[in-house]
Amino acid sequence: MEKPPIEKPMSEKITGPGAHARRDPVLLLQNIPFAGFLGVRLELAGDELTGHLPFSPHLIGNPMLPALHGGVIGAFMEITAMSQLGWHANFEHMPKPIDVTVQYLRSGKPVDTYARAVVNRVGRTVANVDVSAWQESRHHPIATLQAHFLTG
Amino acid sequence: MAAFSNPGYPMNQPPFSDMFGAIIDNTPYMKAIGAYYVGKSEDGITMALPWRADLVGDPETRVVASGVVTALLDNCCGMAVWDKVNEFKPVATLDLRIDYMRPAWPDQELKVTAKCYKLTRSVGFVRAFAYDVTPDDPVAAAQSAFIVSSPVPKPNSGVA
Repeated sequence: MEKPPIEKPMSEKITGPGAHARRDPVLLLQNIPFAGFLGVRLELAGDELTGHLPFSPHLIGNPMLPALHGGVIGAFMEITAMSQLGWHANFEHMPKPIDVTVQYLRSGKPVDTYARAVVNRVGRTVANVDVSAWQESRHHPIATLQAHFLTG
Repeated sequence: MAAFSNPGYPMNQPPFSDMFGAIIDNTPYMKAIGAYYVGKSEDGITMALPWRADLVGDPETRVVASGVVTALLDNCCGMAVWDKVNEFKPVATLDLRIDYMRPAWPDQELKVTAKCYKLTRSVGFVRAFAYDVTPDDPVAAAQSAFIVSSPVPKPNSGVA
């Protein structure tokens, strides 16, 4: 007998990022304190998440330019990758990164940043994800990221 | 010895690394996460970051988010290039590869040591390790390349 789906209130704490969060991408980040520290938001269009990092003065790495800290852009893309992967596949826990490569293309201006991830492959133990981050125009990315995550 | 590695650098001036503590303290994001400059040794430039609840990636394990390790590695690698250049020049990360070997222990201070093992006229190549208890049990390893540019003189600034 198949049980009827249980509607969970949004405020309820979840343990896994996958199935429980399907109705609301906000739930994917609920359990990551560091995502809250950065101020990362997620928006959903179809099955594609867009990470949104609103500008905040504490994210500055170079006050003279000024420019966002490279570590902020890297972390933001990593969180976007993990969230898209968590959305894509139903994992018990947030996938753990094995390795991450970041290419910095332009300096991050003190404005809002966006990122989208493409899940290239989800295997039994490893998933491969690409991320691109941009500010004014998606066609002018400020950084890209390739990552492998542990899925098993 | 570092002061003599750049022939163009005046010998009577203190090494640029003397400024690193102040530079970190004036970098908003480093201040926000609570990172600080430890010092330099034969192994390179070392920075540290005390554990904090709002930097956690997984509340169940209280392990610091991998993105925090990324920022510390990126910053420390950049400073290792600056140490080799030994004067102020704009340094920008070209790429950064990080291998995450194990989670960092909760409540432990995270440290990063970075060494710029080769500096050409425009590129610095850096190897770095993040660790908590001992350097021989690393949390993460990084390999990175940085572009070193000459400061663009502002008009009427008098700087050639």
